[in-house]
Amino acid sequence: MFAFIVQRLFQAIIVMLVVGFVSFSLFQFVGDPINNMVGQDATEEQRQLLRERLGVDKPFPIQFANWVGNILQGEFGLSYRMGVPVDDVIADRLPATLELVFISAILALVVGVPMGVYTGLNRNAWLSRVFLTVSLVGISLPTFVIGILLILIFGVWLGWLPTFGRGGAEAIVDLGWWTTGFLTLDGWRSIILPATTLALFQLTLIMRLVRAEMLEVMRTDYIKFARARGLSNRAVNFGHALKNTLVPVITIMGLQIGSLLAFSIITETVFQWPGMGLLILQAIQFVDIPVMSSYLVLIALFFVLINLIVDLLYFAVDPRLRAEHVGGAAH
Amino acid sequence: MMRLRESLVAALVFAAATAVSAQAVDAKTFRYATTGDILGLDPHANNEGPTNAMKSNVYGRLVHRKPDLSLEPDLAVSWEKVDDTTWRFKLREGVTFHNGNPFNADDVLFSHKRQTQETADMSFALNTVKEIKKVDDYTIEIITNGPDPILLLNMPNFYIMDKEWVEANNAFEVVRAHGSTNFANVNANGTGPFKLVEWVQDTRIVLEPFDKHWNQGKMEGNVTKAVFTPIANDATRVAALLSGEIDLMYPVPLQDIKRLEQDPDTEAMEGPELRTIFLGFDQWREDSLDNKGEKNPFLDVRVRKAFYQAIDIESIKRVVMRGAATPTGLMIAPGINGFQEDMNERFPYDPDASKKLLAEAGYAEGFKVTFDCPNDRYVNDEEICTAIIPMLERVGIKVTPNFQTKSLHFNKIGLAEGNDTSFYMLGWTPGSYDALNPLMQLMSTGEAGHGDWNSGRYANPKVMELTQKIKTEMDEEKRNGLIREAFQIHKDEVGHIPLHQQALAWGVRGDTVKSVWQRPFNDVDLRYVVMK
Repeated sequence: MFAFIVQRLFQAIIVMLVVGFVSFSLFQFVGDPINNMVGQDATEEQRQLLRERLGVDKPFPIQFANWVGNILQGEFGLSYRMGVPVDDVIADRLPATLELVFISAILALVVGVPMGVYTGLNRNAWLSRVFLTVSLVGISLPTFVIGILLILIFGVWLGWLPTFGRGGAEAIVDLGWWTTGFLTLDGWRSIILPATTLALFQLTLIMRLVRAEMLEVMRTDYIKFARARGLSNRAVNFGHALKNTLVPVITIMGLQIGSLLAFSIITETVFQWPGMGLLILQAIQFVDIPVMSSYLVLIALFFVLINLIVDLLYFAVDPRLRAEHVGGAAH
Repeated sequence: MMRLRESLVAALVFAAATAVSAQAVDAKTFRYATTGDILGLDPHANNEGPTNAMKSNVYGRLVHRKPDLSLEPDLAVSWEKVDDTTWRFKLREGVTFHNGNPFNADDVLFSHKRQTQETADMSFALNTVKEIKKVDDYTIEIITNGPDPILLLNMPNFYIMDKEWVEANNAFEVVRAHGSTNFANVNANGTGPFKLVEWVQDTRIVLEPFDKHWNQGKMEGNVTKAVFTPIANDATRVAALLSGEIDLMYPVPLQDIKRLEQDPDTEAMEGPELRTIFLGFDQWREDSLDNKGEKNPFLDVRVRKAFYQAIDIESIKRVVMRGAATPTGLMIAPGINGFQEDMNERFPYDPDASKKLLAEAGYAEGFKVTFDCPNDRYVNDEEICTAIIPMLERVGIKVTPNFQTKSLHFNKIGLAEGNDTSFYMLGWTPGSYDALNPLMQLMSTGEAGHGDWNSGRYANPKVMELTQKIKTEMDEEKRNGLIREAFQIHKDEVGHIPLHQQALAWGVRGDTVKSVWQRPFNDVDLRYVVMK
């Protein structure tokens, strides 16, 4: 197990290097950051001086090598746009995004799984049809449209929830290493709309997946045997059927947490949520190369870590994998 | 000096008028939003609209620019010209910085040194200043390199910092993108009417009135707390205003202006901006960039005029800009020093005349041209260019659009890539609010500080000679005559095609905001915000 984890972490480093290299080769097409950094009255000499200081006048392999060298020394550079160290900026934004993704994932699971189980067990109930129809909306409407619609309904018309941001100065509690909106009512009010927007797609996906898996599992022999043994409905449905549907759900959910991080770019922009997604979008518009490169590499790291956790979860959920592993070790 | 006396009188009248409306004591929180956060608080580092607006709430200048663009005393109480190259400023006594330190001549001298560093983007405002001499603690002399008729116009861009504070925090160097974070870029200590309470990047800036400001109690505004929030998404910004979470926001997307006007609690404020949007042509290459082996058609004034007359500016105003634009015949806007009302007329829109001119020039069959245009810089920039293409095709020009993001566009047409363009769009606001700046930057070439954005390298020896004279002519009337002459030549030769000044559009909540001044440089000066 330990060797497995070390191997995965080694892979992570390679993935991050590749992502860094690819992103640096793409930055050549984003444009010249200098135009965003200086005003119109800056002379060509001032512009050239700044280009040299930033090193953006060099060919990209050299820029990439410098960047890797600096990172190895723990130097992530200063954001072109904000003039503060990139690691500080990212540490600042990470809590907002992770809280949003966390709530969305919980929402998607807590609502999606029971809905999937229900629609799987009661295929022809009218409520199942309602769920399935509504889920079509979740799958087919783009995130930003859902976000704007929710803002319009709950923010502008009804005036129940804030239209943007994470709440005012009092809403966010700073714990020193983490800023959280979970400790105040204002913080919770602010997270409802963006988390719902972000969760909707995942929720419908999970619901449909669980439903399909349930339909499949319910037809298997061991469910019939379980019923023949006179087990209660509850034990059959949740103890045997649901548990066996979970492996694919965990896989998909793991990958989806990655895409929650990625989709949060759109949701965060619509709601002006001060997280990583908003940061990367503004960095792209500004050609803020240090922020873009660090962000992409960090996201790559997240994906590798999530996959690792998913692999480990398989062991926990599926006893067969554990048995094979033990058996293999005995040889 | 006439202008000084006028502005002093104006200041007195202003003070008397506002003293009557005594300030209410209850909390008046003003929340406002625009598309992006400021680039930093260092007053000398960045030269960018929203950043400059925020700096002028916090930092004092010798001279302050009022909403009508006239000047009024701030940290200087009076000024006079000693000779052609020397100005003497009397400084205000008893002024303190937000941290309590007193203000004196040493701070001015120090700020000059700091602002003229090579990495400081604001150095342009002081590039005619040779040195600043201290006469006594509250008198300074500014010595210019040569006679400088517009020194005063640049003074609102000279931000005064506290010498002791900067030195104590080791923040003299204007740091750009390397090394350690510049302390002055994330903290602020000015003499301005508002002091910084909190800046959470990309989230909010909180300001409170500075209770020891020298003009405390005599200002028009009554805001007791201001919260600035960047909201990038247009629809969200509109929604935040409609829901009452903010009191003012800009810009309003053109399609939402009606919506705000229909809502009883919100209104849209529109006014002309100082930026002039224009088109330019390659006037220096012998050979055409787009038609290999052929001569550059834009060297012929008839071709340039044909392009001009093919453009239906009224349709662009009506359809693309939804009325929110002021067509212009000059390269500067009304309000800029040197603007000539009677010369602002455009060559008439006339496709037939245009075709005739092209035929005379030997292009009856037209020619191919690539049109370089930004798509995220000016209001509806890409849409304007898209509308111009069929207008040009109607007279036989085959246009290939090349629309791209500003950071690529500016490099392609700029000096960075050797003005790699034959036909392009650009917009310009003179930072000094004077005609000299566009004459130097857009209509001259050759010398350092000239023609940095003259992307088509328009060059007329007479215009350049006039520009040199305008630089140093101290007599206002004579100077105006020189400006007229240069503009006339540029216009006759169709050096560029000026299009319009885009309009500012702000959304304001009528139920919380009583009055606010919309200045043509599209910023919110908190001095003038009055809440209900």
